[in-house]
Amino acid sequence: MKRTDIHTILVPGSGAIVIGQAAEFDYSGTQAVKALKAEGYRVVLVNSNPATIMTDPEIADATYIEPLTPEALEAIIAQEKPDAMLPTVGGQTGLNLALALSENGVLEKYGVQLIGANLSAIKAAEDRMLFRETMQKNNIPVPRGGAAYSIEEARELVKETGYPVLVRASFAMGGTGASWVYESNQLEEAIRKAISESPIGQAWLEESVLGWKEYELEVMRDKKNNFVVVCSIENLDPMGVHTGDSITVAPAQTLTDREYQILRDLAHQVLSAVGVETGGSNVQFGVDPKTGRVVVIEMNPRVSRSSALASKATGFPIAKLAALVAVGYTLDEITNDITKQTKAAFEPSLDYVVVKIPRWAFEKFPGVDPTLGPQMKSVGEAMALGRTFPEALNKAIQSLEIGVDALDASGPSRELLTEPETLSSLTIPRADRLFRVYRAIRQGMSLDEIANVTGYDVWFLAQMKEMQNVELRMQNADSKMQKAELKTLLHEAKQMGFADSHIARLLSTFHSPLDVRNLRKELNILPTFQRVDTCAAEFESQTPYLYSAYEMEDESRPTDKQKILILGGGPNRIGQGIEFDYCCCQAAFALSRMGYETIMYNCNPETVSTDYDTADRLYFEPLTLEHVLNVIDKENPIGVIVQFGGQTPLNLAAGLEAAGVKILGTSPHAIQLSEDREEFAKLLKELDIPQPENGIARSLEEAREVAQRIGYPVLVRPSFVLGGRAMALVESEAHLAGFIQQAIEAAPNQPILIDKFMEDAFEVDVDALADGERVVVGAIMEHIEEAGIHSGDAACVLPPYKVSAYHLEIMREYTKQLGLALGVRGLMNVQFALKDEIVCVLEVNPRASRTVPYASKATNLNMAYVAAQVMAGKTLKELNVTAQPKVDGFFIKESVLPFKKLPGSSSLLGPEMRSTGEVMGHASHFGHAFAKSQTAAGLGLPDEGAILITVNDYDKSDGLKFAREMHRLGFQLYATPGTAFMINKAGLPVETVEKAQDGSTQIVDLIRAGKIQLVLNTPLGPHAHSDGAEIRKAAIAMNIPLLTTLSTATAAVSAIQAIRKKELKYKSLQNHYSGT
Amino acid sequence: MTATLVLEDGTIIEGKAFGAETDAVFELVFNTSMTGYQEILTDPSYRGQGVLFTVSHIGNVGINLEDDESAKPQISVAVIRSLSPQVSNWRSALSLSDWLAKHNVPAISGVDTRWLTRKLRDGGTQKAALSTKGTSAEMLLNMAREWEGLDGRDVVKEVTCEESYRWVNDEGFKWVKPLNNEQLLVESGNWKVIAYDFGIKENILRHLSSYGANITVVPADTTADEVLSLKPDGIFLSNRPGDPAGLPYAVEAVEKLINSNVPVFGICLGHQLIGRALGADTHKLKFGHHGGNHPVQYLPNGEVLITAQNHNYCVTAGDLNPDEVEITYKSLNDDSLEGLRMKNKPVFSVQFHPEAAPGPHDAHDIFGEFFRMMNNSR
Repeated sequence: MKRTDIHTILVPGSGAIVIGQAAEFDYSGTQAVKALKAEGYRVVLVNSNPATIMTDPEIADATYIEPLTPEALEAIIAQEKPDAMLPTVGGQTGLNLALALSENGVLEKYGVQLIGANLSAIKAAEDRMLFRETMQKNNIPVPRGGAAYSIEEARELVKETGYPVLVRASFAMGGTGASWVYESNQLEEAIRKAISESPIGQAWLEESVLGWKEYELEVMRDKKNNFVVVCSIENLDPMGVHTGDSITVAPAQTLTDREYQILRDLAHQVLSAVGVETGGSNVQFGVDPKTGRVVVIEMNPRVSRSSALASKATGFPIAKLAALVAVGYTLDEITNDITKQTKAAFEPSLDYVVVKIPRWAFEKFPGVDPTLGPQMKSVGEAMALGRTFPEALNKAIQSLEIGVDALDASGPSRELLTEPETLSSLTIPRADRLFRVYRAIRQGMSLDEIANVTGYDVWFLAQMKEMQNVELRMQNADSKMQKAELKTLLHEAKQMGFADSHIARLLSTFHSPLDVRNLRKELNILPTFQRVDTCAAEFESQTPYLYSAYEMEDESRPTDKQKILILGGGPNRIGQGIEFDYCCCQAAFALSRMGYETIMYNCNPETVSTDYDTADRLYFEPLTLEHVLNVIDKENPIGVIVQFGGQTPLNLAAGLEAAGVKILGTSPHAIQLSEDREEFAKLLKELDIPQPENGIARSLEEAREVAQRIGYPVLVRPSFVLGGRAMALVESEAHLAGFIQQAIEAAPNQPILIDKFMEDAFEVDVDALADGERVVVGAIMEHIEEAGIHSGDAACVLPPYKVSAYHLEIMREYTKQLGLALGVRGLMNVQFALKDEIVCVLEVNPRASRTVPYASKATNLNMAYVAAQVMAGKTLKELNVTAQPKVDGFFIKESVLPFKKLPGSSSLLGPEMRSTGEVMGHASHFGHAFAKSQTAAGLGLPDEGAILITVNDYDKSDGLKFAREMHRLGFQLYATPGTAFMINKAGLPVETVEKAQDGSTQIVDLIRAGKIQLVLNTPLGPHAHSDGAEIRKAAIAMNIPLLTTLSTATAAVSAIQAIRKKELKYKSLQNHYSGT
Repeated sequence: MTATLVLEDGTIIEGKAFGAETDAVFELVFNTSMTGYQEILTDPSYRGQGVLFTVSHIGNVGINLEDDESAKPQISVAVIRSLSPQVSNWRSALSLSDWLAKHNVPAISGVDTRWLTRKLRDGGTQKAALSTKGTSAEMLLNMAREWEGLDGRDVVKEVTCEESYRWVNDEGFKWVKPLNNEQLLVESGNWKVIAYDFGIKENILRHLSSYGANITVVPADTTADEVLSLKPDGIFLSNRPGDPAGLPYAVEAVEKLINSNVPVFGICLGHQLIGRALGADTHKLKFGHHGGNHPVQYLPNGEVLITAQNHNYCVTAGDLNPDEVEITYKSLNDDSLEGLRMKNKPVFSVQFHPEAAPGPHDAHDIFGEFFRMMNNSR
């Protein structure tokens, strides 16, 4: 039964999206908070990430967008006096906070109970040594190995484990600091790295189980020890590749019941041994394919990326149930949401197969080793469901949106690679290994050989071989083939998930995907939609959570209500992430409220949008024209929303329109117009709005001409991409060719845009709403960094603090003119540059922008929600949105970068976006807000100690100002010779250190030794990056805040000054809005 | 080769043939277990039935010598969505298709099993016929319709042993272990258990043996007097296929055994026989319970066990005398009766399968309960 002795529950979220801890925690957290609130508890939520649905003020009772630090949480606990804390839905961050607050006595002091996981369970699961001891005490098998605090201890352990040995950093999330060591001379470096990455200075060594089969069980337990396995997951990639980087399959395919039940029993024993009393957990196993020997690898006593996947794969909402069992319910007291007649105490049975494929972003990080290993590197994932493994696999590939629609890595505009695969090309796990394996099968390599070098189970390879056979039959089909035979073949191909676009390339007689579609319709080969029902059809499903197949019976049962289809953003990637999912969810909420039936369409298992609870109906399908049109044929919605899911649905807009589908809101034509540089320049000219000199090019020759005409430096970028993909700042003609080539590769056959780069300009983002008659500015945000840094990576302040009222008014005016001229109905975002008192328009995007959630939370104007209503026909006047909302205090958005997870990458910011997430800091004082944003981003500013300054000549006078301020604040100064000379000349005490590039390790040693608390390093220019690279690398490795622009340095000074004067205060959004 | 499956309602389904080339008539049931097709195929309770597997891929792990529940496939046919072209398991000895062919069992793949499951769920279990040798659909329909079916048929005589025998542990025994805290019962051992074979699953025998029982398996028609004359410490009543109403002689024997005060433990049919011996009726469920994910609740403390189940009939709870019988388990899915215990006699039974092969091991301790009961009665 539900506990009545607790009333207020504190729930920490997981903070910014980073590799290894991403949008899945918004999904889990939102579910948990909603469930607790529905039970009548008062929920206090803390999460620094404004792009989440969970931080919407309607979700929790008190919403704190504040840093997830023990200090902030203590202050919030003192204010809100919660009775309990649920730390298991906020990822590793949530657990770490629970540990910290227990250990420093805060929970005890304020009488806060931990629910969902107790301290000893968290420790037993998280501390590898303790975990291992616990397992061994309970006769649960684990790999050989142990903990080391020094290289000597490590050497002793290696005597037992042998090489290769896995070295990990204890307590680090996402596998940070982990590596494989193959021989003794690599050991020392690996151990040092692991010890430095581990918050407790512990390296963990483990016997190699490389190449073993890897399984995960997602399990739930309640206080009566009722235990269920929600889902079994088999990794296609064997042990050795982080499970977040592995292609995974559910349910497990290659276990006998004897073997599976051993895993199940062990999982139950692991939970009991660790002491998980209630909640969801994940237990990972390695199984030796030759002997069946099983070892437990690890367990997470909390919801996880895998549990989000398992929830989507089965329809069993793990996070919601974890919250309910944490407050005292038992599983038999909770109804199964999907069947509405059975209980949550059961184990889902799947009559379909689920495949998840990760998505990486290596193209944005040249220099990073793309080999997959124990440290997770992917930034997102796509999931697909099919009645069989081949169908799910093909659909998962189509869902990835990497221009590929086939298992051989070919695509509509991507040629098939013809280079032969060899055993050695398959051995190294890389992002494209799946495709290589398939091509190797096609070349006739034996399945056993491939299995041997890849560790892929031969069962999966045999399935691919079957796909290969069908592919061959299609290739060999000629125009003489009988209709009946063709029908059988096509039906078989569709049942295996082959895309129409792929079939069009295979069948010699057909040319376009549309031809294939028409032929299919003619032959009556039509998709059916099946329900994800948790029970393999044993009970009727009351919840329309659907996937497509080519079976006998359609179960979609569309209604005849007025309905709107919302297209989501697909797999998360840099530049298109949770912000867009947030907007899609808002659209669903708003349109449901208006009385429409909402249909969500997406293929990303990490998201809130793909919770079957978010919209009225959910289609979990690839975001390709073929699949979207299939759903539209079935549902016949009155319109489709393509403007909220980022670039993905926009890319489908033209095809949808051509098929006669009504696009709601701003017309795709207007969106196209704003992307088309020539048309757009014409429009700006007509409106008499200035823009930087620019031109477009389709070849290197043209690019040279344009650049010469407008003068270097120039910004180069491809069109129709998000996140500044392949966007670059080019200083001189010598560097042009390389960047143009990259731009052509990023967006083939699209014009390349070349803009005059406005040095020293300030950039301003405006988010606005328009209904065709009226344009209302929602928020104006100023970038803290100077122009040249992608808006997604720049820190941003709302309201602007350095722009005059006069210029703001001009920006408002331009926004209005543009909104009306483009006929915007819904959201729009305008980017301005302010230089020499002139306001220029850089870009207009008449669609949801990345800043919408952040701006909405700062202004208390839910822009995406309003925009969706406008798109469905309401006017802004009807919605009572007619004036720009006032903002009290400062809201600062800071980006969070993945450099630490991707060693080898350059850490300088530029025009190509590379951040994975964002945080927000808010306060009535700019300095306080900035300080919070930095702390929330993971690198709090120091309030004392030493700083290292190394600035280029151009920045020297401003650098001096910074040095003087920091000296006044009592910081000790270190500087490289040039900078030190200048500081010294100004009469300030400074210690000179040798430059790294002169072969000296002095700086790096200082940083490593913890003598430096803050680094200011401004690059010499976009192409002289190597200079400070060593310094930046060391700072990142040691978690020392690193400032790379002078404007952030100025903001940092202001922040440190503010903290000195007055302590930070924490305020819920609800209190902020109501002015209390 | 094409296979044709015809249901008594006239539905005709074509697919790919595998296993043996022959015809078969049977009752079609579905099973939602995601693992353990081999154990299901060799489960004597499926005698006379064709099993439709809801899980997408079948045959993945081939056939493993240790995983049999009886010496041969007992099902009449297998109906599946996708047959694995490849066997992948470190223990596997041969492929599913070859094994079925060897035992003359026909099977069909490429069937929309989800659609067919929904049909069976909504319309109830159906008689059906399958041909993998080209018999026409009309012929098959006639065969299905003319077949007398399983209701009231004594399938037991087809699956019970011909004469009594001593159970000797087989290769599968190493997979079965009593719970740690039961070591004492095992050591005090030498339990003499008589097991009625109405179609007994071998994993039940392995479990009884793992607690130290010396088991004599006796044919279904063995009388109570014959059993009692062997002076057993306990009597076990096995699972089996079909309708419990067709076994009046067994009910009669069970009634006597109950009154003998020798501990009696029944599983599945054994449970239904005890129910009938106690005066309750049994009724047919619409589509039965067939899977490895069935939650049952132990009523005395509310604990939930995930169990393997395979039955079409159920003891009618309302018929039991509450002064005499305690209802111990109920199904969380449909509240049907899943277990009972006599208040003043050492008799108890469960509808589900604690030996669970395939299926979760949550209910293993029920075997321990039997041994504790025998211990108390000694």
